[in-house]
Amino acid sequence: MAGTSIMETLFQRDLDDLIKGIRQQQIKESLFISKAIEEIRREIKSTDLPTKSAALRKLSYLSSLHGADMSFAAFHAVEVMSSPQFFYKKIGYHAVTQSFNDDTPVILLITNQLRKDLNSSNQFEVSLALECLSRIGNVDLARDLTPEVFTLLSSNAVRVCFKRLVENLESSEPVILSAVVGVFCELCLKDPRSYLPLAPEFYKILVDSKNNWLLIKVLKIFAKLATLEPRLAKRVVEPICEFMRRTEAKSLLFECIRTVLSSLSEYESAVKLAVVKVREFLVDDDPNLKYLGLQALSIIAPKHLWAVLENKDFVIKSLSDGDYNIKLESLRLLMSMVSESNVAEISRVLINYALKSDPEFCNQILGSILSTCCRNLYEVIVDFDWYASLLGEMVRIPHCQKGEEIEHQIIDIAMRVKDVRPALVHVCRNLLIDPALLGNPFLHRILSAAAWVSGEYVEFSRNPFELMEALLQPRTNLLLPSIRAVYVQSVFKVLIFCAHSYLLHKENISSVNTDNLASEVPESVFARMSCENSDLATSEAPASSEQHDSFNPRNINQSFGDLSIENGGDATVSNSQASTSASLGRNSFTHESIVNLFNIVELALGPLSRSHDVEIQERARNVLGFTDLIEQEILNPVVQGEENLARAETEASRVVKLMCDAFSEELGPVSTSAQDRVPVPDGLLLKENLADLETICGDIQLPLSSSFSLSSTPLGEAVDISRTNLQSKDETEPSHESTSLLAEHRKRHGLYYLASEKSEGASNDYPPANDPMSQDKLNDDAEDLLKLTEQSLAPKKKPNQAKPRPVVLKLDGDEISVAAKKPELKDDLLSGVVQDVLLGNDGVPSSSRSNRSENLSGKSKGKEKLSTDLSLETKENVPGEKMPDHVNTSSRRSKHRSHGKERRQKGQGKDGEEKEDNGQKEKRKSNHHRGKHKAHQRADEPLNVVAQTPVIPDFLL
Amino acid sequence: MGIRFILMVNKQGQTRLAQYYEWLTLEERRALEGEIVRKCLARTEQQCSFVEHRNYKIVYRRYASLFFLVGVDNDENELAILEFIHLLVETMDRHFGNVCELDIMFHLEKAHFMLEEMVMNGCIVETSKSNILSPIQLMEKMS
Repeated sequence: MAGTSIMETLFQRDLDDLIKGIRQQQIKESLFISKAIEEIRREIKSTDLPTKSAALRKLSYLSSLHGADMSFAAFHAVEVMSSPQFFYKKIGYHAVTQSFNDDTPVILLITNQLRKDLNSSNQFEVSLALECLSRIGNVDLARDLTPEVFTLLSSNAVRVCFKRLVENLESSEPVILSAVVGVFCELCLKDPRSYLPLAPEFYKILVDSKNNWLLIKVLKIFAKLATLEPRLAKRVVEPICEFMRRTEAKSLLFECIRTVLSSLSEYESAVKLAVVKVREFLVDDDPNLKYLGLQALSIIAPKHLWAVLENKDFVIKSLSDGDYNIKLESLRLLMSMVSESNVAEISRVLINYALKSDPEFCNQILGSILSTCCRNLYEVIVDFDWYASLLGEMVRIPHCQKGEEIEHQIIDIAMRVKDVRPALVHVCRNLLIDPALLGNPFLHRILSAAAWVSGEYVEFSRNPFELMEALLQPRTNLLLPSIRAVYVQSVFKVLIFCAHSYLLHKENISSVNTDNLASEVPESVFARMSCENSDLATSEAPASSEQHDSFNPRNINQSFGDLSIENGGDATVSNSQASTSASLGRNSFTHESIVNLFNIVELALGPLSRSHDVEIQERARNVLGFTDLIEQEILNPVVQGEENLARAETEASRVVKLMCDAFSEELGPVSTSAQDRVPVPDGLLLKENLADLETICGDIQLPLSSSFSLSSTPLGEAVDISRTNLQSKDETEPSHESTSLLAEHRKRHGLYYLASEKSEGASNDYPPANDPMSQDKLNDDAEDLLKLTEQSLAPKKKPNQAKPRPVVLKLDGDEISVAAKKPELKDDLLSGVVQDVLLGNDGVPSSSRSNRSENLSGKSKGKEKLSTDLSLETKENVPGEKMPDHVNTSSRRSKHRSHGKERRQKGQGKDGEEKEDNGQKEKRKSNHHRGKHKAHQRADEPLNVVAQTPVIPDFLL
Repeated sequence: MGIRFILMVNKQGQTRLAQYYEWLTLEERRALEGEIVRKCLARTEQQCSFVEHRNYKIVYRRYASLFFLVGVDNDENELAILEFIHLLVETMDRHFGNVCELDIMFHLEKAHFMLEEMVMNGCIVETSKSNILSPIQLMEKMS
């Protein structure tokens, strides 16, 4: 045993050998290291301390630089650490510090060793132990060793804990001072309010100190405190400005700028000075300063947009900087400037940049445009037609890889914003008919969205035949099966729309020969209406429910409105198209065109009915089945007599109408939590036998989808993929009895129904789409961008808002990020105690103090904070939660929403006020809150208030 | 906590010193180092010295063949960290005399010791070169 140990000692490789060895291994480094670790495993078990510690030292090295696992040596590290010799002890401590964490089992073993070393007379041993404790300290260690650290504080002329820490703020020793300030800087980050009373000391340091490191820390502290105490802000703003004027050190200058911009932004002159300095940063050659300058601007952007505007030329120039980080920063800055008035211009600038950028940055740009625009339910978008065309444009950018986001947004706005549908359908049509796009797999998901939109809102399509050809073009075999299935489903919808329009058209011709020729428009409106709202289509039969009756007149109005929108949208492309589209309903649905359509569909889908993908196969077969059913009746009328024809067609039209009704229900977005919010009403037995329902609904032809139906495709065909998340918005159109039942139900449980009409108010006065503004700018190239943004970035007040923003359907489940920050919940037990220490009660050493009332006040403070938070939260939730009450009419809804907004603003305003209030008031307020929520704790308050008030005013006034 | 980790990496991307002030497992460390090194070493001299990565901000500086990378919290003063790096290099320079990569490799412990004097659990506590170096000199005298 002794022999081997001597042998090991003699022939052991030390760390230098190891390093040299590693350096010599060019290729098999890992092999060498694993060998070395084998060696170490052997050596570390040695009883000889030098051998053991050398092994541990090597292991620490390998672990830190080559990622070797050293957990097996934990116990050995503890052994080495307990050596009396400093040289070995150091190795042990290093290993422990590096490798221990809360999960290390032997961590409990080092408590005693740490205690011993903390009490050591050798200051270097003490520092080893302290360093170790600071890095790996956990709750157990902290609990067991705090007394030792306190003792240490006293040995270095610092007596008891916190109180003494505070006294050190007046220390003349720079090392101690910087350490203490560092401590407070950390503490302030967590809970600034507790340290307000120390402001005078910090102020003294701020004014007196010459040490930049220290000043930066103190500035950080003031940045936190100044937001809490306006009088303090007033006091520090002058010295900080003085620093900004005088200092040579850029780091200090930057910290001053940051402090002013983030916390002292009410002081105009200081902000101006800071912005001047930021400007200096921006024009500096040093990329670091440029970067920081941009960052500083993005701090100030929300409050003082003028600062950004003053430097906008630079910001935009930075977009083409060689440094990716600087580009990114200026992109962020631009995005933070986006508002309703300039979103179009900024997007145009950025899209132009994206065209020229490398793929990565290009997608970064697109991503940030997309995420900015969809923020808070497209808050910044007023002109959705423009946005639809922007989405279309993005797809055309060669590097575009944002398929998923664009897909989502296309579907999202189609469902949420009724008014955008015509424009969106047009955009989608342009995407679908372009065979080139099918070659780019990144865009396939967008195409699937486009196909879905075109199918779902086919009534807005100008030329369904062209759309059909696009959906069936041969290159669609490049698509994934799942996306192809969406295509097939859209084909189905388009086909039914065409057949339906054809039949209606025919009916009308046969019934009213002359009248309709005179008025084309109403007819096409009628055709569309019939698709759009099944209850209107079947208005010949008195099928509409009482509840729907009330909506009817408005619906008609709205359909007219829609038409004008559609035509308006066309108008910008070419005015002549408007008339053709209006007359399309009449002219194009001729017998030949329909026959042709059926032929195309059969030809293209025939092969797909043998597809190996079940989704495609099933859908293709559905379509083919439908064509088979209809074909003979519709398409072979020539040989039949007039009466036969009429009879056959009524039968065919019945089928078509049925299908059309099935598809015409509108799909609305439903929040994922919607179902959870519906409590089971009293007296509702979900498991009751519903057999008797059949007697009521016996004569219904459609399989009745129950009033809580989730799927909108009642005929049992495969559910569209893109719909799986959605639920039908309206009920299906059932027969008289059940509608009355439904109406009854709706009356009683109105709040669980989504609105049946979302945008009646907004659409009537909807003016022609597509701002000429944005069209003008289409051709601008990069050189003009600067000039362009000059006008556009200027804060206009609601520029050229010729039209109101269309209604965006909003759900209670949608999360809207609220700007107001919620104060974080903290463990305020500590800070309460800290405050007590800071606010007098000198004599009692706080560590040993377990004064009941003190603790209680600390605790109650925590609780009080929590409760104010809660009230704040609930206030914010109010608009969301109340929504369902008012969903029946959209006008009320929008009113309510704006009300919610108001409230939110009020909430913010209140926050601001709170900040402006002085501390005393604040406290009173919080007392007030507490009084409300925790009346029984009132007894503690007076003491608290009395204790807290005197300290700050002494300094500030 | 200001500083989260300090890395020294050579041009080839090999780690020469790694000091973490928060617990990461070995795999996390490897992954983090790999990502950061790939990101920072690809950057040119003309580009700025700050890189955002995950929830860190990396402040880095190159001295000859060695990169000093410091991961900090987002609200840390970047320029101050650059000065800290410079101070660290100056300190090592004073101790080793024209410090090079090999000095750090073979005297890793001393480098760690200096860091421990300068940084306590992620906070810069000591910035005077002579204060930092005095314990090391004492130790060398002893042995």
